[in-house]
Amino acid sequence: MSRRVLGPMTLAFGFAFLYGPILLVMLYSFNESKLVTVWAGFSTRWYAALLQNQQLLDSVRVSLTVAVTSATLATILGTLAALALAERGRFLGRSLLSAMIYAPLVLPEVILGLAFLLLFVALGVDRGFWTIVLAHATFTMCFVAVVVHARLVSFDRSLIEAAVDLGAPPWRAFLRVTLPISAPAVVAGFLLAFTLSLDDFVIASFVSGPGATTLPMRIYSQVRLGVTPEINAVSTLLLAAVGLALAGFAALGARFGEASERTG
Amino acid sequence: MSGGGMRRIAALAPTVWLVVFFLVPFLLVAKISVSTAALAQPPYTPLFDLSEGVAGALARLGELTLAAYRAILEDDLYLLSYLGSLRLAAIATALTLLIAYPFALAIARAPRNRRPALVMLAVAPFWTSFLIRVYAWILLLKEEGLINHALMALGLIGEPLHVFATDAAVVVGVVYSYLPFMVLPLYAALEQQDASLREAAADLGATPWRTFRRVTLPLSLPGVMAGSLLVFIPAMGEFVIPDLLGGSETLMIGRTLWNDFFSNRDWPAASAVAIVLLALLLPALIAYERLQLRGRER
Repeated sequence: MSRRVLGPMTLAFGFAFLYGPILLVMLYSFNESKLVTVWAGFSTRWYAALLQNQQLLDSVRVSLTVAVTSATLATILGTLAALALAERGRFLGRSLLSAMIYAPLVLPEVILGLAFLLLFVALGVDRGFWTIVLAHATFTMCFVAVVVHARLVSFDRSLIEAAVDLGAPPWRAFLRVTLPISAPAVVAGFLLAFTLSLDDFVIASFVSGPGATTLPMRIYSQVRLGVTPEINAVSTLLLAAVGLALAGFAALGARFGEASERTG
Repeated sequence: MSGGGMRRIAALAPTVWLVVFFLVPFLLVAKISVSTAALAQPPYTPLFDLSEGVAGALARLGELTLAAYRAILEDDLYLLSYLGSLRLAAIATALTLLIAYPFALAIARAPRNRRPALVMLAVAPFWTSFLIRVYAWILLLKEEGLINHALMALGLIGEPLHVFATDAAVVVGVVYSYLPFMVLPLYAALEQQDASLREAAADLGATPWRTFRRVTLPLSLPGVMAGSLLVFIPAMGEFVIPDLLGGSETLMIGRTLWNDFFSNRDWPAASAVAIVLLALLLPALIAYERLQLRGRER
């Protein structure tokens, strides 16, 4: 087979595999039938049912508050870590910081969840909203640090040196050069931290307490009872929200990209 | 303020934060893994209690126990769980690599202006809910699920396939969920390859297959390594996928840890399981860390 056909075909298969299952969940959320796999016509009744599900709505509120709070903390801490790691030269604790940034990215979530929980128990903190926020901020700040760090090391460092040579004090070079250049990555880091927090089930299950049930915890307990069209509907809304955020960010990134190409 | 001063301050907050919320918790896991399980809240005998003073702390040291570790060695459940995780994670990582490699290659060889959009599309599912992506496969694989429905309607099979609630379903779930982790490093390694190397090989008479085997593949090995570790390490400790897609006989260590913790409320056992898992993953973690460092120096 010619290579001209092979490439596009591989891409088509790859994307069909990645998106097919998600699209089917979305399609079946509009199914009239309560039997999930028998198509019985178009309906939005499951979306209406969602609005009546108070437990589910509560968990959405908890998840969103946790995600905004923890992502804000994670963005500040992760950006600071990235700035420290992007500097040339060694400093005390550099390899410690670097190891602590990269380890949580790959460590199994059950280990992280257990570790966070044991800390909160040792500190005697009541588990609930704030323990989830602290745990989420800790593991998502590592993702923010990696994203921002990648941006910081990819731009031309002579820009900062030029600013300093022209007499700008370091803090000013930071505000006028480093910060604008890293801004898209900081926004991307925040969005990543936000979605990771919104999505986390395992860690939240370990560190949560009574009254703080997140959306994934609620979805999980429903999924364990069986597949329902209502879950399809929640999933569709969640996927649509993430899709919109991603599209918005891609548009933002394109504009930033053009701007930095013009200046760069 | 000097640049060095700013750097120190920038490093201080995240370092302190991660020591308190990441490093200390791991010491606690180690500590509780050698404590005695107890019917109390929290359900283990505290190892040190500052209020007891030095004498009390020394007395407590005598209560150190390796009971939880002994149980891991003696109870087949743990051994089988570790082996089950190892087997399924290895199979799934190999399959993910087989699917991701041609996919990443096709993106890397697509017209330059289309590559960013294609990469973004390939990685976007990572941003959507993990739980929902796993759930989608329940919908597809169940006995009365969509795949069985479609195959039977087409007359390809007479009765439903039993894939759901088996180890095979777990492998499918891992491959599907972690595919973006594999595609991204592979793409990064393939995209930066100099096309003139392949042209040189072709000019010297190498067939496309030979060029792939002798040029493209060896040069992409760092990406293969990074992607495989990014899939293998989290897959080893996976809980959600075996719990939702696997059968009751699917033994994976993440699930065993979860049950020890939530169902049996045996915290020392769960902690010991976590420490042993960490020790098993350590070579992989170090290999991953090395790759990251080498990538940064380049």
